[in-house]
Amino acid sequence: MRIMQDKDNREIYILAEFGSAASLYQAAEKMRDTGQYNFDCHSPFPIHGMDAAMGLKRSPLGWIAGLCATFGALGGVALQWYASTIAYPLVISGKPFFSFQAYLPVTFALGVLMAAGASLFGMLGLNRLPQFHHPLFHSERFKRVTDDSFFISAVAANADEGEKLQRFLESIGGRNLEVLKD
Amino acid sequence: MSTTAKDTKALENPGTQLITGNQSFHSVTEKISGIVEAKVSPYWYLAITISSLLALVFFGSIGYLVWEGIGIWGVNIPVGWGFAIINFVFWVGIGHAGTLISAILFLMRQRWRTSINRFAEAMTLFAITCALIFPGIHVGRLWVAYWMFPVPNQMGMWPNFRSPLLWDVFAVSTYFTASLLFWYTGLIPDFATLRDRAKTKWRKIIMGILALGWRGGNRQWKHYELAYLILAGISTPLVLSVHSVVSTDFAVSLVPGWHTTIFPPYFVAGAIFSGFAMVMTLGILARKIFGLEHFITVNHLDKMSKIMLVTGMMVGYAYMMEFFIAWYSGNEYEIFTFLNRAFGPYAWAYWTMITCNVLVPQLFWFKKIRNSISALFVISILINVGMWFERFVIVVTSLSRDFLPANWDYYRPTFWDIATFVGSFGLFLTLFLLFVRFVPIISMAEVKGVLPQADPHHASEEQIKNENHAR
Repeated sequence: MRIMQDKDNREIYILAEFGSAASLYQAAEKMRDTGQYNFDCHSPFPIHGMDAAMGLKRSPLGWIAGLCATFGALGGVALQWYASTIAYPLVISGKPFFSFQAYLPVTFALGVLMAAGASLFGMLGLNRLPQFHHPLFHSERFKRVTDDSFFISAVAANADEGEKLQRFLESIGGRNLEVLKD
Repeated sequence: MSTTAKDTKALENPGTQLITGNQSFHSVTEKISGIVEAKVSPYWYLAITISSLLALVFFGSIGYLVWEGIGIWGVNIPVGWGFAIINFVFWVGIGHAGTLISAILFLMRQRWRTSINRFAEAMTLFAITCALIFPGIHVGRLWVAYWMFPVPNQMGMWPNFRSPLLWDVFAVSTYFTASLLFWYTGLIPDFATLRDRAKTKWRKIIMGILALGWRGGNRQWKHYELAYLILAGISTPLVLSVHSVVSTDFAVSLVPGWHTTIFPPYFVAGAIFSGFAMVMTLGILARKIFGLEHFITVNHLDKMSKIMLVTGMMVGYAYMMEFFIAWYSGNEYEIFTFLNRAFGPYAWAYWTMITCNVLVPQLFWFKKIRNSISALFVISILINVGMWFERFVIVVTSLSRDFLPANWDYYRPTFWDIATFVGSFGLFLTLFLLFVRFVPIISMAEVKGVLPQADPHHASEEQIKNENHAR
């Protein structure tokens, strides 16, 4: 999907409000079916089944966290192997220097630690957060998105397309339309 | 339509609703943000004054400990592990309910958790903070506590990775970090709500920074929900592993009464038991003080009581099993230790533990008790007392009478032991009071998600009316 910009190289956002989670869901399906808009649905809580209604793919975050967990666990093994066989070998109760059974708790803990960090920071990275400035924040009405209101925001390439988009959003039940630029 | 039928049923029978009082999305926001935004009540100031004074007692005792050494404590030979370790295990255990509620109940799709998970997680963080201090200070020379970490130092010395005490360092600090990340992830949408409602400039800036620019877009929620799921998924084995590792500190030793394989599951059950008791205590206070009866309903308390009943019986089973194994092993030291626990000089502690942990929770069989707020409050405190005594019994009775009668000694806590222990509650409560003042204590985004109208296939009120009419 291309990112659309106006002639000053600014993105134009069309914001439409919807009355309930159900109407937002139905509108998202209609937007998806046109297949020509770059849009997002905003709600105060995650709506069940919305990914399918918007036609979004699954988040790749699982892979990121999984890789980091593996890296953390392997790092844990390497650390313990290095510390107890190379750097500071100590005979304890005649056990071998590399006694992997005893190393499992630390290996597990480091794997979990990396996975936990990866899921929060990976999520922020995928969402391009922190992002303190966004055209949508210019809208007064949009403040209610974290309270009780539902919105669709769509990006338009130019004024013509913006108008077309506005008509379409109105036809699928959008209210209080706003045009927002940076 | 099945959803409609379910909604109608929920309307007819408020007992099946998760959130009562016919809440709308906006009323949820108003109620919960209102707690943070409203003027502070004088009771809060009174409470924080008392708790921060107690916290000062805590830091004062630690200061004196650093100055004078651990001779100020009642530890002796053979009881080399005293209050510090008892308190450590106690506080780590308190933390477990928070993670259980946020992780395990989340994976099991227990939607009732949404009303209590936020403050339970906060409780986890503060309890682990208290817990981490105790092993840190009990080493005596706490300025060399960094020897526990695998960092290169001038002595070329590395920690022993085969020691459960070192596993503790990794397990508990990972537990703290993962819980913190989990907690913050859950807070991002709620900070965004506070940001959008903020009236003053400073509030806007601070909440704006904490919310990280959250816009509630589904493209964001998609990643967010998976992040939350992964954090829940990895925290679940973490809950079980942390207290298992803590129990291993005891179990790998040869001391009779410690050297048992039942310790890991037994400790985990006890941790969840005591943690839920603390969630219950704090939850009852919070719903009373902030008028959250519609969010933390009797239904929630009822469910928590059932969990305490189950874990309490698991703990009771473990007590019984320890006696059975002591007898079955034929090991005279083991048999003596357990007879000594029940009938020796610490019998008072043992029977306090049995009363509070095994007998008292049996009251939860009665629905009347499970639904009586005052009874629950008293029982939850008794359980915490009992669980503290459980750790006391494990640590002290096993050590005070070991293999050689010539070594036996009676352990008595000193003033400083008690001051440090009581003071740790001051730190815990101060942190908790600051939390309820500045952070939404119930997850607004999640509570909204479990309201019936959050379902994208939720029928309008008109449809429900028509259906009722058709009947």
